[in-house]
Amino acid sequence: MADLTELSAVALRDAIAAGEASAAEATRAYLAAIDARDGTVCAYNQVLSQRALAQAKAVDAKRAAGEPLGVLAGVPVALKDNICTSWGRTTCSSKILADFAAPYDAGVTERLLAADAVILGKTNLDEFAMGSSTENSGFGPTRNPWDTDRVPGGSSGGSGAAVAARTAALALGSDTGGSIRLPGAFCGVVGMKPTYGRVSRYGLVAYGSSLDQIGPFGRDVADAALLLGAIAGHDPRDSTSIDRPVPDYLASLDEPVEGLRVGLVREFHSESLDPEVRAAVDRAADLFRQAGAEIVEVSLPHSRIDVDAGGQLSSYAVACYYIVAMAEASSNLARYDGVHYGHRTPERVGDIIDLYSRTRAEGFGEEVKRRVMLGTYALSSGYYDAYYLKALKVRRLIKNDFDAAFASCDVLLGPVAPETAFRIGEKTADPLTMYLSDIYTISANLAGVPAVSIPAGLSQARLPLAIQLFAGLFEEEKLLRSARTYERAADLGPLVPAMAGGA
Amino acid sequence: MPQVDEKLIRHIGRLSRIELTDEQVAVFGRQFADIVAYMDKLQELDTDGVEPMAHALDVSNVFGEDVPGESLGPEQALANAPARHGDFYKVPKVIGDS
Repeated sequence: MADLTELSAVALRDAIAAGEASAAEATRAYLAAIDARDGTVCAYNQVLSQRALAQAKAVDAKRAAGEPLGVLAGVPVALKDNICTSWGRTTCSSKILADFAAPYDAGVTERLLAADAVILGKTNLDEFAMGSSTENSGFGPTRNPWDTDRVPGGSSGGSGAAVAARTAALALGSDTGGSIRLPGAFCGVVGMKPTYGRVSRYGLVAYGSSLDQIGPFGRDVADAALLLGAIAGHDPRDSTSIDRPVPDYLASLDEPVEGLRVGLVREFHSESLDPEVRAAVDRAADLFRQAGAEIVEVSLPHSRIDVDAGGQLSSYAVACYYIVAMAEASSNLARYDGVHYGHRTPERVGDIIDLYSRTRAEGFGEEVKRRVMLGTYALSSGYYDAYYLKALKVRRLIKNDFDAAFASCDVLLGPVAPETAFRIGEKTADPLTMYLSDIYTISANLAGVPAVSIPAGLSQARLPLAIQLFAGLFEEEKLLRSARTYERAADLGPLVPAMAGGA
Repeated sequence: MPQVDEKLIRHIGRLSRIELTDEQVAVFGRQFADIVAYMDKLQELDTDGVEPMAHALDVSNVFGEDVPGESLGPEQALANAPARHGDFYKVPKVIGDS
C-alpha cells in the first residue's frame, strides 16, 4: 500500500479494520513523517513513539484475535499538551510545568484509548492556551506547514500544524476563544469547537473554565466527525458536562439538512476583512444556494466589528471575552504556587509569599503574566462591577443575539479570521492587535454554541482560506452535515502543503 | 477609568503573586493602558436590568453521591512535589520567629 499518511483517518481506520494495513505500519509511517518534517514545523513538544508503537501492536493483536475494535482502531492521534496523559509529560508549553507528569488521564484520553486510537505525542500551544499564534509557547514557536515563516494560528497551533503536515492523522485541541478554529483556518484543515459541555473537560488544564472546550482537528469534515463521536459524551467528573445522547455524526454526515437555511452574519461582512477571505465567504454563500439552501441575512449586533479612523478594529465581544477569560485565568492559575507540583524557584526566599511570587515570575511567560494580572485587576475591589460584572451582562446580550439569529436559520456563515496566516513576529509586540485575531471566533465561546472552521481553498499567496459555520447549542450533527454540504459543493479535495507532498 | 500608572501595576503584581522587574512595570503599564481603554468600550452599552451570564448553559447544582471514590495515593500525589518531607509537601517557614 502507498504511504499510509496520505489516507484520511476514516480511510485508514477502514483499511486497518479490513486487514489491508496494520496499525503498526500506520504508526511507523507517521513516526517517519514526524522524523522527516517536525524538525522544521515543531508541532510536537514530545513524541511518545514507544508507547504509540506498543498501542498499535496491541490493536493489531486484538484484530488478529477477532476481538471487536474501537471506532479509531489504529488511527494515530496527536494531543494538545494541555490534555493530561498518565504517560509522558503534560507541560501546557509552560516552563512552570516543564517536567510535570500528570498522575491521571484526561476524560478524552481515556475515550481515545477505549476507541483503540494510537496516541503519537503532545503538541505545542501558546502557554496555557493563551494566544492566537503559538508564539507564546515557552518552548519556541510552531511553524505553518504552508509557509514556515508564518504562524499556524493558536493556541492549538501544534495540533493544527500536525494534521496539515500529515504528521498526525487526527488531533485534539482546546478552544477558549477560537484556539481550534483559528489554527484550522491558517493550516487548511477542519477544526471544530463543540457545544460547551459536549466533551468532558476532566483533565484539560483549565484556562477560562466557562469557555474552554476540547474539540477535533481532521483533514476533512468526515475525519472531524469521526473524532468528535469518539470523545463526546457525559463524564460525571466534569460537572459542566451534559448528559445527552451522542449521535453517530459520521453515519448521518452525507444526508443534506432538509430545507437548510444559512444565515449570513451582516456584522461579519466588515470592510476590514481581507478581500480574499471575504470572497471565500461570498463564494460559500453561493455554493450553499446552488446546493438548494436558502440564504438569509441575520444580525449579531453585539458581535459587531467597528473600524476607527486609524484602521483599528474593535468589538464588544472581544472586550467582553478578554475580561471573562482573564478573570477566570487569574483564578485558575493561582494553583501554580511552587508547592504542590511544577517549578519552584531555586533561590532562597524570605517567606511563602516571596516563594509564590518568585516562582511565578520565573515560571510564567509574559502573556500569561499579562492575562493573570489583567484578570486580577478586573476582579479586584473597586473594579469588579465596572469590568467583570459588566462583561457578564454583555455576555448575556451576545448570547441573546445568537438565540434570535437561530430563530430564522439553521447555521450561521462567516469568516474565521480577518486575514490569512500572518508572519512570525508580526504581532508579538502589540498584544491588543494579537487579541483581534479572535474577533470572529470568540462570540461562539461566550454563547457556548458549536462552530467549525472549514478549508475554502488557497489565496493568491498559496495560504489556506477558510469559512466558519455556527449552529445552535448541541446541534453538532446539523453543523457537520451543513459543513459536509459545503465541502462537497466546493469540491476542493484535500489541501496538502508542498512539504507533505502537495502540488 | 483609573489611571494605569506604575503604582497600580505594582499593586496588581502583588495581588497576582508575580514579582515584576522595573522594565516589566514600564512595559505592562503601557500595554495595560491600551487594553483597559479598549475594555472600556463596554461602558457604551446599556446593560440595566440584564441578568449577568457566568455560564453558557443553564445548569446548576450538579450533585454527586457523597461516597468515597478512588483517589491518588501519597506517592502519586507527591510525585511532582518540588520538595517533600515524608508524606508532606515541604515549604519555607511560614510563621515568623517572633
